[in-house]
Amino acid sequence: MYLYDEIDQKLVDERVAQFRDQTRRFLAGKLSEDEFRALRLRNGLYIQRYAPMLRIAIPYGLLSTKQLRKFAHITRRYDRGYGHFSTRQNLQINWPKLPQVPDILAELATVQMHAIQTSGNSFRNITTDHFAGVASDEIVDSFVWCEIIRQWSTFHPEFSYLPRKFKFAMNGSRSDRAAVAVHDIGLHAVRNANGEVGFKVLVGGGLGRTPMIGFVIREFLPWRHLLTYSEAILRVYNRYGRRDNIHKARIKILVKERGPEKFREEVDAEWAHLKDGPSTLVPEEIARIESRFTRPSYLQLPATDAGFETAHATDRAFANWHKRNVHPHKKAGYAAVTLSLKQTGVPPGDVTADQMERIADLADRYSFGELRVSHEQNLIFADVQIADLHALWGEIRALGFATPNIGLLTNIICCPGGDFCSLANAKSIPVAEAIQQRFDDLDYLHDIGEIDVNISGCMNACGHHHVGHIGILGVDKNGEEWYQIEIGGNQGEVRPGVGASLGKVIGPSFARAEIPDVIEKLIECYLTRRDGDAERFIDVVHRIGVEPFKESVYGNADQRAAHRRGQLASA
Amino acid sequence: MGTLIKEQRIAADSWRLLSRGPGGEPPEVPAQGDVIVPLALWLERRDAFLAYPGRLGVWLDANEGPEAIASDLPRFALVAVNFPKFGDGRGYSIARLLRERYGYRGELRAIGDVLHDHLHFMKQCGFDAFVLREDQDAQAALSALDTFSEGYQTSALRPVPLFRRRLAAGKR
Repeated sequence: MYLYDEIDQKLVDERVAQFRDQTRRFLAGKLSEDEFRALRLRNGLYIQRYAPMLRIAIPYGLLSTKQLRKFAHITRRYDRGYGHFSTRQNLQINWPKLPQVPDILAELATVQMHAIQTSGNSFRNITTDHFAGVASDEIVDSFVWCEIIRQWSTFHPEFSYLPRKFKFAMNGSRSDRAAVAVHDIGLHAVRNANGEVGFKVLVGGGLGRTPMIGFVIREFLPWRHLLTYSEAILRVYNRYGRRDNIHKARIKILVKERGPEKFREEVDAEWAHLKDGPSTLVPEEIARIESRFTRPSYLQLPATDAGFETAHATDRAFANWHKRNVHPHKKAGYAAVTLSLKQTGVPPGDVTADQMERIADLADRYSFGELRVSHEQNLIFADVQIADLHALWGEIRALGFATPNIGLLTNIICCPGGDFCSLANAKSIPVAEAIQQRFDDLDYLHDIGEIDVNISGCMNACGHHHVGHIGILGVDKNGEEWYQIEIGGNQGEVRPGVGASLGKVIGPSFARAEIPDVIEKLIECYLTRRDGDAERFIDVVHRIGVEPFKESVYGNADQRAAHRRGQLASA
Repeated sequence: MGTLIKEQRIAADSWRLLSRGPGGEPPEVPAQGDVIVPLALWLERRDAFLAYPGRLGVWLDANEGPEAIASDLPRFALVAVNFPKFGDGRGYSIARLLRERYGYRGELRAIGDVLHDHLHFMKQCGFDAFVLREDQDAQAALSALDTFSEGYQTSALRPVPLFRRRLAAGKR
């Protein structure tokens, strides 16, 4: 954990005082709805379908058990005793009362937390790889760089009223587990030929109604220029990004309308004034930030453990879980563990207050009192001794968090959808549940192998459907809920050679009840076409294209034409 | 006109904002006194204004930049930047550029949809005068100039970022 110094703490406390005053003036009728809206959104407060929704920042997804216990307390005292972990590595509660929100923020501030810039046309919480600091393919510890960006982007006086929201992602390892290509700015740490650290900078990626893969504006930005270069990008965007149409206001539209090369020239012209200026980072600052992070005090351990080996050889359920939910660690004798929040029958990402406290107890006992939230809406214990894995598995199984489905079809990314969200066109949680029920055979799931299924209830794409290997989008047709299916999306270069891509719509949309059948047809098509089980669903789509999958769902071109003729004739 | 806040207090205003009429007709220029001239009018009638007996200010809209007046800046005792809507943040960049890149030292005035809750960031970006929207409580707004006691970034008021000041303090 990064530990605040006095200044970090004071700024968060001053923010609470500011919001308390703003809420008071709003409730006293001294601030209009419109004006208060812009202010409350900057503190993560939406007015939702049934009640306000408060989005609490979990900077770069890293959380201490003290903070998790505070969440549990807040959901119990001010809400309905549960919270929802989102794809932005944040926590959302759905039923707070407006006059109490300043008190919630004050409670959060006591554990160095806040809801700053979790919504509105502002610089949002930076996200990163949930295996930062423990991955064996790590180039830099991305938490350190995320904290530098967090500080620089918090209350930036010039960029507090951007044309639209702005999302930053940072990946510190060789594998991209942060989906950097679909963010307004994505940073991927790289080492050049001289061994120096820098960042590949992507700009203008994003999902939503105009999905786009980010453009590489710089192949190698030396680390010391990170802030001045970001400042140049943000200034060009703040001055020239469109403000006349909310749907064209993201930086991706500016990049597209200018043309990537022209946009790069403009950024470079601006950067010429800022480069090597006072915001240029220095090694002492990197060291200072590093030193404010608490670090696990690892033991010197053998690479494996006899008890673990025995359990793994004899207990098939444990071995299944280990295969999917346990991940390698750079330190011998340790492993990272994913607690799956995707048990069938529970909305993906939802956790009750009691569960939060149990998880906190377990993280204290097994993982140095820290945990992470992944953008796939699961929780990670990053530093578990291999010798403890079997005991930990027993405990989390009892809590329902040991579903061995990480990377598999039922590990569905899903937004809150029409059950909660006022923007949604359709429900998403029941769709996830129906798919999970259809694919409840674990052997079959393992045979299908790695696949990302992502569901969004509307084109705002909070469920990242464009980058699901199978993406499902809720659409509204004359007041009815329908679902469009895309295939071939990929969140990023998780595996070498397979970069980020956007899914393609396979054809006309479906009623909710039809979705499990459609998914099953797509999966059958994949299984008959794959070249051995090392070839994943996404690899097959990239190899043979969308057409065979389309045929498996809608029939071949002749059959589709005959069907359309039939429809016209009966119309 | 709303109340003027200048140098951290409520102040009297000697400046007259020249604005076009409802049909776009050019404003009437008074015989004397301090006037703020819209950029387009300044560019159109620069020579005439250079002979004007009173002090001159220029008025930039959010879509206009300091680039257009860079060489004339020493002639202006005041630059006003208009915020067409409080959520339109372009004026913050314009202010920083005027102060930090073009070295403008005169009065920098925020006009338009200027509200209580935006004063702090405006001040950090280099504004030192604020004409509040008419419905604003000027006395209450004074306290909003200094909502936050520190800031991480460089700004017109804090040319050295917090991390460098932290490091310097650590060395002392």
